[in-house]
Amino acid sequence: MQVTMTVNGEEVTKEIEGRLLLVHFIRDHLGLTGTHWGCDTSNCGTCVVLMDDEPVKSCTVLAAMAGGRQVRTVEGLEVDGVLDPVQEGFMQCHGLQCGFCTPGMMLTARALLDDNPDPTEHEIREAISGQICRCTGYSTIVRSVQWAANAESESPVTVGGAS
Amino acid sequence: MTVTDNPVASFHDNDQHPVGFGRMLRKEDPRLIRGKGNFVDDVQLPGMLHLAILRSPYAHAKILGIDVSAAQAHPNVVAVITGADLAEQGLAWMPTLSNDVQAVLATDKVRFQHQEVAFVVAEDRYSARDALELIVVDYEPIDPVMDVRKALEPDAPVIRDDLDGKTDNHCFDWETGDAAATDAAFAKADVVVTEDIVYPRVHPAPMETCGAVANVDQISGQLTLWCTSQAPHAHRTVYALVAGLPEHKIRVIAPDIGGGFGNKVPIYPGYVCAIVASLVIGKPVKWMEDRTENLVSTGFARDYVMRGEIAATSDGKILAVRTNVLADHGAFNGTAAPVKYPAGFFGVFTGSYDLEAAYCNMTAVYTNKAPGGVAYACSFRITEAVYLVERIVDCLAHELDMDPAELRIKNFIQPDQFPYTTKTGWVYDSGNYEPAMRKAMDMIGYDELRREQAEKRERGELMGIGIAFFTEAVGAGPRKDMDILGLGMADGCELRMHPTGKGVLRLSVKTQGQGHETTFAQIVSEELGIPPEDLEVVHGDTDNTPFGLGTYGSRSTPVSGAAAALVARKVRDKAQIIASGMLEVSVADLEWMKGSFQVKGDPEKSVTIQDIAMKAHGAGDLPEGVEGGLEAQICYNPENLTYPFGAYICVVDIDPGTAHVTVRRFVAVDDCGTQINPMIIEGQVHGGLTDGVGMALMEIIEFDELGNCLGGSFMDYLIPTALEVPDWETGHTVTPSPHHPIGAKGIGESATVGSPPAVVNAVIDALKPFGVRHADMPLTPSRVWETMQGNHTPPI
Repeated sequence: MQVTMTVNGEEVTKEIEGRLLLVHFIRDHLGLTGTHWGCDTSNCGTCVVLMDDEPVKSCTVLAAMAGGRQVRTVEGLEVDGVLDPVQEGFMQCHGLQCGFCTPGMMLTARALLDDNPDPTEHEIREAISGQICRCTGYSTIVRSVQWAANAESESPVTVGGAS
Repeated sequence: MTVTDNPVASFHDNDQHPVGFGRMLRKEDPRLIRGKGNFVDDVQLPGMLHLAILRSPYAHAKILGIDVSAAQAHPNVVAVITGADLAEQGLAWMPTLSNDVQAVLATDKVRFQHQEVAFVVAEDRYSARDALELIVVDYEPIDPVMDVRKALEPDAPVIRDDLDGKTDNHCFDWETGDAAATDAAFAKADVVVTEDIVYPRVHPAPMETCGAVANVDQISGQLTLWCTSQAPHAHRTVYALVAGLPEHKIRVIAPDIGGGFGNKVPIYPGYVCAIVASLVIGKPVKWMEDRTENLVSTGFARDYVMRGEIAATSDGKILAVRTNVLADHGAFNGTAAPVKYPAGFFGVFTGSYDLEAAYCNMTAVYTNKAPGGVAYACSFRITEAVYLVERIVDCLAHELDMDPAELRIKNFIQPDQFPYTTKTGWVYDSGNYEPAMRKAMDMIGYDELRREQAEKRERGELMGIGIAFFTEAVGAGPRKDMDILGLGMADGCELRMHPTGKGVLRLSVKTQGQGHETTFAQIVSEELGIPPEDLEVVHGDTDNTPFGLGTYGSRSTPVSGAAAALVARKVRDKAQIIASGMLEVSVADLEWMKGSFQVKGDPEKSVTIQDIAMKAHGAGDLPEGVEGGLEAQICYNPENLTYPFGAYICVVDIDPGTAHVTVRRFVAVDDCGTQINPMIIEGQVHGGLTDGVGMALMEIIEFDELGNCLGGSFMDYLIPTALEVPDWETGHTVTPSPHHPIGAKGIGESATVGSPPAVVNAVIDALKPFGVRHADMPLTPSRVWETMQGNHTPPI
């Protein structure tokens, strides 16, 4: 079957098997390997991407279901050579170690801040609670998101707004 | 001394660019936050095929026959390989890291559920998985041995009948310490406490599963293997020995790795299958396991059934510790530990205390479970040792009705006793324990918490305060004592300075997230006085790095970090000779100014390391006997292990209605000696603390009596999310290692080692009103509830 969707602002059309998962479509068919895969059971959130600005676990979404939708991956966070404040925050606050869960964490953080620019620590923890990080113990991820929130409140221009 | 980090205050304090040690943002991050890392599954080669493995549904069964015809007929399938096919090539079995053997693909019978039985190579990953379902295997089930306590019963089915003359499930016996002296100490003790303590099987479960891409060049015979390896050089040598491939024709590349925690030390059948497939088919072949495969078949951790005994005087002087251990090693002894240490470094079970005597005897057995044993940031079984001693010390405090902090402080090895030889023969290089303990107590407000607890107990609320104090033994290790499969545990390092004063540092160890590219650049930066940004760190590629045994057991900084410092000093020594020629003075008249050599007493006359690098490569004569270029290589053999330590305090609240445990606060004071990058150290600690909460409260790999693994997905194997852990509070003391060139000790596993007993001790402390002295991990609500009802049973 044929599927057409917009990925990081560019429309793509591909011939696919109906059972193809979105995560494999993104990784294997589009070559966007920043989206990772971790569990198959929607528990780890390593594969989170934004679909119409909502975080979804792309291992549990068929590529066909993304037809006509706007998909945003980690590769779409940096715009015109400017890092999203969330990306900057993760670097500044040591919000990553191995970097495997990081793309999913950052996309969830992006969606959270778009919806709630000044989240509490608990709101941040709740937002990322569908995702697992084995390295950081989460405190530095929370700080990273707070850093991004601070940076965005200081600068009225939201660099990494909705695509 | 730094106390807790204030995250918000430090937000804008990150633009420092230290020359040498200090907080510095990571060199790894710019690619990883852009999604531009290069993990094994990201490797795409032209014509690459996909491999999937068929696994056994039974824990123990004879293989009567395998029919692969339907799978072979699948239009997208290129090959189907069984154990019989591998046996023809002599490749059906491979050595484990403990000198046992393990089946690559089962031939005679399967010995654990999900053992590898056959593999399919297909055009794409979905077809490979489809074809697995077309393979028909005729199994004859055999009773499995699942209860470790029954493994040595006379009528137990023999699992390892592949071994000549094997008639039971005995794996090995091991002992340490002095049994008679320990008996004597126990005989004179006022108080003896005995407790059965289980450390159940858990799994490291890195976010990236294991996998490999093998590519054999049909003309040159060169094998390139991208794989999830924490020890690429050791893997290369083993492949050479197993498959008979010439070592110089093997290149192992461990690219970015999505967490290891010990899970990526062993060589797994899947790697060998990918190599065989590429060799046979002549195309690149990728194997990536799925999450279930990772949890059910790769290196598990722990699985020790321990009886702990502690002897003390009535006023709380600990005399001796004794333990008997039954160790479950699964179907093959796949322990990744130095060969002379079949129980890893469990011998440090004497902890941080000055004892009169200690003794351990251990029996290890085979069961029908996946192999492994040393993994999950355990520092070669120190997790088990620390858990045992810190639990049993708390049991003693319970019996003596003493404060557990005071009991520990009373028995600490004193600063003037270092280097301290324990009763099991370990030479602790340095330590100063009481200040770390006091600092943790100050940070958490210990006395105030005890007052709060007393008030809450009056009201029937359940609050617990748990303490653990640990001493680690890391940096394996001195080659006179330590090797894996005959390979000494030394590490090479090479530093090459370019003419413009930039450099490239090549390491034998390999990061899985620890930040080697940053930390090691900082070590050389400290020694040469050049910015860390001017140093490229190369690692994880056997063709481009010197030999060494890799990253596990917190050994990178203790071993390879020492190598990096010393190789830089070699470069500096040569630079000094060149500088003496440039400044026309003798070498002895030069003073090192961290970045330049200056003529003593004449600050006007100096040359920078960058000037010297250019001179070393440039025109004109160099001092007599000095070759051009500015580079050095060394292989560092540590003289001893390093002994980091720490004091951890955990506060929990338990809902009396649901028995749910909430970790309210956790203070960790770590001493890893000299700190290279405090930000990275803090991160390492945070991750380990989260592991500890996971193991203490949630994580377990269980089996039913038929041998079915009950922890085979993240729906069943529970790992803490951001909601199950508190905001970590960390502090540190600094007691440098006296024998490490920069005094560093390693930090990667300290928190995983130290935190489980702190959490469990807190839960038990909360349950004190119920008369509870011990309960086993994982302290899930149901287990805590049962314990509150007086119905505690061990998990295995």
